[in-house]
Amino acid sequence: MARQPDGPPPPPTVQKLRIRYAKRGRLRFASHRDLARTLERALRRAQVPMAFSAGFSPHPKISYLGAAPTGAASEAEYVEIGVAERCDPEALRLALDAALPPDVAVLEVVEAGEGTGSLADRIDTSVWRVELPGVVLADLAPAVEKFLASDAVTVAKRTKNGLKDVDARAAVVGASAAEEAGCAILHMVVRQVTPAVRPDDVLAALAAVADLRPPLPPRAVREAQGRLDDTGTVADPLGPDRAVRTRCQGEHAAV
Amino acid sequence: MTGESLYPVLEPLLAQIQKPIQYVGGELNSQVKPWEDVAVHWALMYPDAYEVGLPNQGLMILYEVLNERPDALAERTYAVWPDLAALMRENAVPQFTVDGHRAVRDFDVLGVSFATELGYTNLLEALDLAGIPILAEDRDETHPVVLAGGHAAFNPEPVSDFVDCAVLGDGEQVVGDITDVVKAWKAQGRPGGRVELLARLARVEGVYVPRFYAVSYGPDGAIAAVTRTRDDVPVRVSKRTVMDLDEWPYPKTPLVPLAESVHERMSVEIFRGCTRGCRFCQAGMITRPVRERTITGIGSMVEQGLKATGYEEVGLLSLSSADHSEIGQLAKELADRYEGTNTSLSLPSTRVDAFNVTLANELSRNGRRSGLTFAPEGGSERIRRVINKTVSKEDLVRTVTTAYANGWRQVKLYFMCGLPTETDEDVLEIADLAVEVIKAGREASGSKDIRCTVSIGGFVPKPHTPFQWAGQASADTIDHRLRVLRQKINEDRRIGRSIGLRYHDGKPGVIEGLLSRGDRRVGRVIERVWREGGKFDGWSEHFSFDRWTTAAAEELAPFGVDLDWFTTRERTEHEVLPWDHLDSGLDKEFLWDDWQDALSEEEVADCRWTPCYDCGVCPTMGTEIQIGPTGRSLLPLTVV
Repeated sequence: MARQPDGPPPPPTVQKLRIRYAKRGRLRFASHRDLARTLERALRRAQVPMAFSAGFSPHPKISYLGAAPTGAASEAEYVEIGVAERCDPEALRLALDAALPPDVAVLEVVEAGEGTGSLADRIDTSVWRVELPGVVLADLAPAVEKFLASDAVTVAKRTKNGLKDVDARAAVVGASAAEEAGCAILHMVVRQVTPAVRPDDVLAALAAVADLRPPLPPRAVREAQGRLDDTGTVADPLGPDRAVRTRCQGEHAAV
Repeated sequence: MTGESLYPVLEPLLAQIQKPIQYVGGELNSQVKPWEDVAVHWALMYPDAYEVGLPNQGLMILYEVLNERPDALAERTYAVWPDLAALMRENAVPQFTVDGHRAVRDFDVLGVSFATELGYTNLLEALDLAGIPILAEDRDETHPVVLAGGHAAFNPEPVSDFVDCAVLGDGEQVVGDITDVVKAWKAQGRPGGRVELLARLARVEGVYVPRFYAVSYGPDGAIAAVTRTRDDVPVRVSKRTVMDLDEWPYPKTPLVPLAESVHERMSVEIFRGCTRGCRFCQAGMITRPVRERTITGIGSMVEQGLKATGYEEVGLLSLSSADHSEIGQLAKELADRYEGTNTSLSLPSTRVDAFNVTLANELSRNGRRSGLTFAPEGGSERIRRVINKTVSKEDLVRTVTTAYANGWRQVKLYFMCGLPTETDEDVLEIADLAVEVIKAGREASGSKDIRCTVSIGGFVPKPHTPFQWAGQASADTIDHRLRVLRQKINEDRRIGRSIGLRYHDGKPGVIEGLLSRGDRRVGRVIERVWREGGKFDGWSEHFSFDRWTTAAAEELAPFGVDLDWFTTRERTEHEVLPWDHLDSGLDKEFLWDDWQDALSEEEVADCRWTPCYDCGVCPTMGTEIQIGPTGRSLLPLTVV
């Protein structure tokens, strides 16, 4: 008979909280695993009453949603946690933000709304902004046009199993070129498909169709994530939870 | 202007390399002090990859101790992987610190901690990337003082061409003394230039400046004499020893990396030094005497550290943690304190006795019992008497069986191969032992789902140990013994499939042996290997045995010596050893007698519980054993 942990099972999850955070500055070089480790330690330092799984090596209840790639910054990363004691979302936001490195900012914490479904179902698209230092609009704009005019642009993508050909075009719902302070900016809306099409892949595609080769490494920022609706808008994934909360508060106010 | 951040020029390179997070700094509890606010700037280097170097306790301690001084700052730098190193050379970005991304060349002191000699080529690589001349004699007063510390610094002769100083022993206090000297010399307008600074440093206790000592060789290739070249430096340099560990509760706020590292836990050093007297163990010889931290001192370090880091595991660190005089109480009271907090405690277990199992049970009270490690080190009782790590076969099997009976599923056994006087038979006994352990374990646990992993390393004789005279086993000998051992373990598949064998081939050990017991002539070999692309020698994918052997053959030939002369050759009693002028406190006569005792398979007891056997350390260094019990206990914490 294998050993079992003594004592009662760990307390159950009483509340789920959904967190939006940003990774900025130097921490754009953090990988998903780096951020997960950092977040777990910060939750401990912030003394958040996490709910844990049962068994000999209990794990805190944390679900990560698709992370921005290493090297890319993001203003819209999402994670969901389960706690064993109810927490005030704003107090938790402040405590967690203080416990995390300055380059990780906790932007919003909301309680998961009852009956609003899973967070993962509300995210299928990313909005990207890519700064291209050393590239001017006059070079970027025609490249983007050529890319959009193509039916498919195959690029070689490095995966765990070596190089793999991927179509970088199909996942791109929209793209446009702009310029700020003499630096070309690529804006794009990209569906989260498998295998993932990342900013690097689109840039490789621009090199393939228009020979656009930035002299300096581009900087990508994920500005938003959410579900793409028929009008081409990316909806805020925390919107439904916020709506439930507002409604509850409204009811309380009426009492 | 110096001390400026190189981050803007580094950042574009980071987008092009593997694991860029290791170069960005900003770890929890790291700090960047304003450059102009302090008089003395220290760059502290661990000459291996960030993931190995970051958790290093020694570096963390000195980082805090120095940064607490208002007149000093300390930043960290690690060996840069070849992908970034190539880009740095291409773009003229020099070796930088990860804290402030300042050029290492701008610092006053570059302190490098050598836990292993295989980091020497990484020192040359870092110096070259930093734009610091790799030869000490080519540096002027604008260059940092390059200073080696760590256990390997007890024989710094192979790197004496490249370092300006070596520091022997505990670093906590000596870094302050060095800071004072550098500060005064700078404030006085750098009188006498670099030579005067080094001469002043040479008068700091524990600091050895190789350039002030001349080495001559006899016709047989051995050292004839080591003599000082100035009469204001000591004839022999003595190590430093910190007394009262409770006064040095460092690191208080351990660094927590974002990147993955080799130790995903916090460590608290529960005592320093060891007098078990294992004859192969350099650490146990050069860190004497035993100095315990008190139970209450340990309790508050654990508490503060957990708060400061958010780690979920604490390792109670030392050379033989079960030997702390209050370990039983400590384990119980810490386990009580952190019960129900999802905080786990671990003990690097080395001693083979039932008490260790009891301790491990206590620490894993409500956690998973996955693996337990014991280090018998020698395969046969005979060889265990030679190395002075005496445990009978019966006790060993009984201890391991107890572990299985208590729910531990996997036991790891550490051994060495190539020990003095060893024969094939000694090594083959490891197989017998493992088989018995599995048989008894299956019976005790009532399960076939148990494993025993046998992990074997090739023995490398080290300076300042009784085995410093021993001939090292050749790579062929090691490889042969490992081969016959593997065959024997696999003879009976029904048992053998529960036994794992982990080992490395004997080649890196030979090079480690050359670097460990080498003298100044070995410096040329190191430089040549580095010039031909050698670095990260501790990593099998980077280590090239052929490069080392070719360089050794060609560079040592003019001196009439070779690789074997430094490694497989047994030394005689009165040979001048390259480190004889460096004083670890141990009497050479004691070491020789202990070597003779080893050869006649005689054991020596631990001086903590038996009368002093005159190793020489306490009287020479003016130190004493500091052990408990204190009679104090840990109170439950109200808020954890």
